[in-house]
Amino acid sequence: MKSAVIVFPGSNRDRDMIAALEKISGHAPATVWHADTDIPPVDLIVLPGGFSYGDYLRSGAIAARAPIMRAVAERAAAGVPVLGVCNGFQILCEAGLLPGMLMRNASLRFVCREVLLRIETTQSIFTDRYRQGEIIRCPVAHGDGNYRVDEATLARLKDEDRVAFRYAGASAGGGNPNGSIDAIAGILNDRRNVLGMMPHPENLIEPLQGGTDGRRLFESVLERIAA
Amino acid sequence: MKAVVTVTLKSGVLDPQGKAIQSALGSLGFDGVGSIRQGKIFEIDIAETDPARAASELKDMAEKLLANMVIENYRVELVQGMDE
Repeated sequence: MKSAVIVFPGSNRDRDMIAALEKISGHAPATVWHADTDIPPVDLIVLPGGFSYGDYLRSGAIAARAPIMRAVAERAAAGVPVLGVCNGFQILCEAGLLPGMLMRNASLRFVCREVLLRIETTQSIFTDRYRQGEIIRCPVAHGDGNYRVDEATLARLKDEDRVAFRYAGASAGGGNPNGSIDAIAGILNDRRNVLGMMPHPENLIEPLQGGTDGRRLFESVLERIAA
Repeated sequence: MKAVVTVTLKSGVLDPQGKAIQSALGSLGFDGVGSIRQGKIFEIDIAETDPARAASELKDMAEKLLANMVIENYRVELVQGMDE
């Protein structure tokens, strides 16, 4: 599987993502700079976490208008899988590739801990190696993860089975860490090839990191690409 | 031409920052504060001199970048410069 990681000024989880992709797929991903206008032919495009442009204006707002985002939108429209994690999710929302947006955490605190996620759909290229309703562990680290969307779009997301993950469990070791509407942690676009999520699956892919619950997300994509 | 674009949260959108500011005002002794909504102001200098065209360009700027229409509203005001 060939992949590309888009790097913006202020991205800081790009190396974690590159390491995870290389370990799981056996191929080092291409890194593509925000000012580039083209992405090499790849099977997966990833927008990593971080604080692009210092979160100026709104998290992800400036990065979403970077030159490379036109190419990301074109590939997404052509069906190429696009994964946005944390700041990547914020950028995909700001770019209009996913509905809604991520506001300041309801607690006003930066949250850096592990959460529990419920797999809400296995009907996607990113989640089909999980079981429907399965609870997995995953780390989060964000200040703006409070997902907001209008009622009509929320109803549509639910009707179309596009909520990929919800925060699960009671507040001890689980719970909704940021006040997201309907405890939403990740969503899919209408074609189901674009996934945005606040938690970091790339940080839980080998026993040294304390678990491997994030690994199957990448293996799901890998398996589909190989098939 | 100078313009001011004001971006505010739509009603019904929870504003945790506004709430924190309200509580800080309370601890300073300002007890009569009912609610606070935090917004943003952009002071913009643009080359366009025709008010109608300027207003339409600023509307475009607000909708494409300055405001996120999921949670925010905006207001455009044209301000004539002192030398005009």
